[in-house]
Amino acid sequence: MAKIIVVTSGKGGVGKTTSAAAIATGLALRGKKTVVIDFDVGLRNLDLIMGCERRVVYDLVNVIQGEAGLNQALIRDKRVENLFILPASQTRDKDALTQEGVEEVLDTLKETFDYILCDSPAGIERGAQLAMYYADEAIVVTNPEVSSVRDSDRILGLLSSKTRRAVQGDDPIKEHLLVTRYNPERVTQGDMLTLDDIREILAINLLGLIPESDAVLRASNQGVPVTHDADSDAGQAYTDTVSRLLGEDVPLRFHEWQKKGLLSRMFGGGRR
Amino acid sequence: MKLLEFLKRERKKSASVAKERLQIIVAHQRSQRGQPDYMPMLERELLEVIRRYVHVGDDAIQISLDSEDNCSVLELNVTLPKSERD
Repeated sequence: MAKIIVVTSGKGGVGKTTSAAAIATGLALRGKKTVVIDFDVGLRNLDLIMGCERRVVYDLVNVIQGEAGLNQALIRDKRVENLFILPASQTRDKDALTQEGVEEVLDTLKETFDYILCDSPAGIERGAQLAMYYADEAIVVTNPEVSSVRDSDRILGLLSSKTRRAVQGDDPIKEHLLVTRYNPERVTQGDMLTLDDIREILAINLLGLIPESDAVLRASNQGVPVTHDADSDAGQAYTDTVSRLLGEDVPLRFHEWQKKGLLSRMFGGGRR
Repeated sequence: MKLLEFLKRERKKSASVAKERLQIIVAHQRSQRGQPDYMPMLERELLEVIRRYVHVGDDAIQISLDSEDNCSVLELNVTLPKSERD
């Protein structure tokens, strides 16, 4: 049975698309047939992060409006088998998505895929609500910063009231917390919310913690999801996150600050 | 002496300020969760009606909707200024 997972946050720029791309890649690397859908109509970026921007011909809106078949719009990932991308439209306005259209696309995808990831646009408007409406699970991406945490709480409110599961009174959406851009050094200095602070305030299950990392920008520059950078801290943290999503019990890493020794300070101490 | 106190006083870490502020705002957000969409509008209009008779500030009115077994109770609290009560 296919699982629909929305990657959402409320606030923009916290790492939704980076996380959607990295987690989709991780799931496919684990042999799960996965599709990741960009719901950010008008401002698509998932194609860039996935490195397939030059292969976009048709998009989600074309499919919903009947101008192209689903198979024409799906882009097969060049690096990983079992991974597909459904891009958002660049030109049309947000009203081009209809609820019935989205449902039809998801129902069709459910027949062939194990995991359907919906990359939500920022905000709490129509686009974000459509991205979450049919979800079974939600990954709430949060930065250790006041506005991000507050917006995540707003999103949790929407997840428990404005989704199909909430409206129909089914089992509630399973909510996961993904903390990104975490800087253990600043936490130690007392200038960044700790992981425990965020967990206490939002009170949902922790799926993963991604440290602030140079590897993320490097990955987006190249259009290669950071999961492929297996030597990097962020890459490993996303791999751990995917394992937990699959129900495995993986210990948390990268949440404590390792003070640099003299030698590593002198010689740079390897890749981050 | 003053200098010693100054040195001993520890600056409050910004992260703990952030946490306190968040706890308050999130509690407030959650108290509004699940209430009908018309509540903010209802609150504004009630305030307008009251203002036709008494001059009250924006924060003089508190409104909440609680559900009990088979009915909902709309609770309205208006704080009137002292001079205008008699």
